[in-house]
Amino acid sequence: MNPEILSLSNSPALFVLAMLVKILAVFSVTMLIVAWATWTERKVIGHMQTRLGPMQTGWHGLLQPIADGLKLFFKEDIIPAEASKVPFILAPMMILIPSLITAAVIPFGPDLKIGNYIIPMQITDLNIGMLYILAMAGLGVYGIVLAGWASNSKYSLLGGIRSSAQMVSYELAAGLSIVAVFMLSETLSMRGIVVAQTGPLWGSIGFLPNWYIFSQPLAFCLFVVCGLAEINRTPFDLPEAETELVSGFCTEYSSMKYALFFMAEYANMIVISAIAATLFLGGWYGPTPWGVVNILGKIFAFMFFFIWLRATFPRVRYDQLMFMGWKVFLPLSLANIVVTGLVVVILQ
Amino acid sequence: MFKEFVKGLSITFKHLLPGHSTTVQYPKQKLEVSERFRGLHRLVPAHDREKCVACYLCPTVCPAKCITVESAENEKGEKYPRVYKIDLLRCIFCGYCVEACPVEALEMTGNYELANYKREDFTFTKERLLK
Repeated sequence: MNPEILSLSNSPALFVLAMLVKILAVFSVTMLIVAWATWTERKVIGHMQTRLGPMQTGWHGLLQPIADGLKLFFKEDIIPAEASKVPFILAPMMILIPSLITAAVIPFGPDLKIGNYIIPMQITDLNIGMLYILAMAGLGVYGIVLAGWASNSKYSLLGGIRSSAQMVSYELAAGLSIVAVFMLSETLSMRGIVVAQTGPLWGSIGFLPNWYIFSQPLAFCLFVVCGLAEINRTPFDLPEAETELVSGFCTEYSSMKYALFFMAEYANMIVISAIAATLFLGGWYGPTPWGVVNILGKIFAFMFFFIWLRATFPRVRYDQLMFMGWKVFLPLSLANIVVTGLVVVILQ
Repeated sequence: MFKEFVKGLSITFKHLLPGHSTTVQYPKQKLEVSERFRGLHRLVPAHDREKCVACYLCPTVCPAKCITVESAENEKGEKYPRVYKIDLLRCIFCGYCVEACPVEALEMTGNYELANYKREDFTFTKERLLK
């Protein structure tokens, strides 16, 4: 009997069990990375600015995330009197949840064979995986706009407006830049895209893996920059520009709601890193033989790069941001699609 | 443009390498202060008593008017300060008192940890200044 992919029809109990284990594992690993990403960010930025970062809580401040969490947990939860209550409470959840559920389609290892069943190392393999991710990324903006609007404060509103404009303009370029990847992989499933990247480069160059970063370097650069802009990281952190807008859309938030915004920011970072790793760097495939190590290593590398950028570059001006989005990245990604299309047709 | 990006990134990366931090882990680790540092005052003792002869030059020169001196005579007929008080909440640590002293009875130490809980604790009497 040939092994078959585990599904609800051939073994319901095992399927549900495997699903729960996978969801629990992915969720807890994501939350752990979120917690210690805050520590890493403070440490790395500290050292880059010739400071030390947290040092008091535990060895080199390793317990800082726990201390921060406890502190925020015991803070008073303030809701402004003039705020619209329901959207105000809803907004942080609406930011965090889309970024967390995006992790569902990220493959984190090669298929596992147990007895007669194949368990894909991915919570769910949607055949429109990438579309799902783009849709969820689009949902994230509602949370920010809602937070800005419901706070009933000028700074929050400005932050919300800025972020909606920014996300709309950069999602376009990000989405178009990865269209070129689909033209090569001929699938939208994240698992299919990783499988398409296995083997030697272009089927001939043995020492390099067939990662799309080699076939699509421009699309890779565009996606990383647009991804940065989409998750509002420096140098594109205009929605929460401290020097201009106090704290942007989260000015009026406190306690755990504020923590949710922060968790969402880091969860978004993880998700963008994971998507970039899956689309362009072969996901769990290569360079080491262990799939989970590969994908986690690539995610960490991207996150380190994002933190590094934050320590290095100043924030771009708002008109520069719009100029780059509409007049540089969008035409570049369109041109990339045209060139890729031509090459694919010629090679066929 | 890309050259500048790389240059910026390389600078921050260089700082990340160990040995670039300039932080002093304060309570555990303290900086050596300069010999000329103007910290807490100290009345210099000489044999059995303070060197001070209560000439009133230091309260006269003090721009913040934070020094209180009351002179008296001891059994040998020498002048000495019966009361010598410095109000550190007023003191600006200019060091004029040390400069004005004709007998070098007053000096400034490297002690800069002068925070306290009560206002009274900032008034340094003769006994505390002699330490």
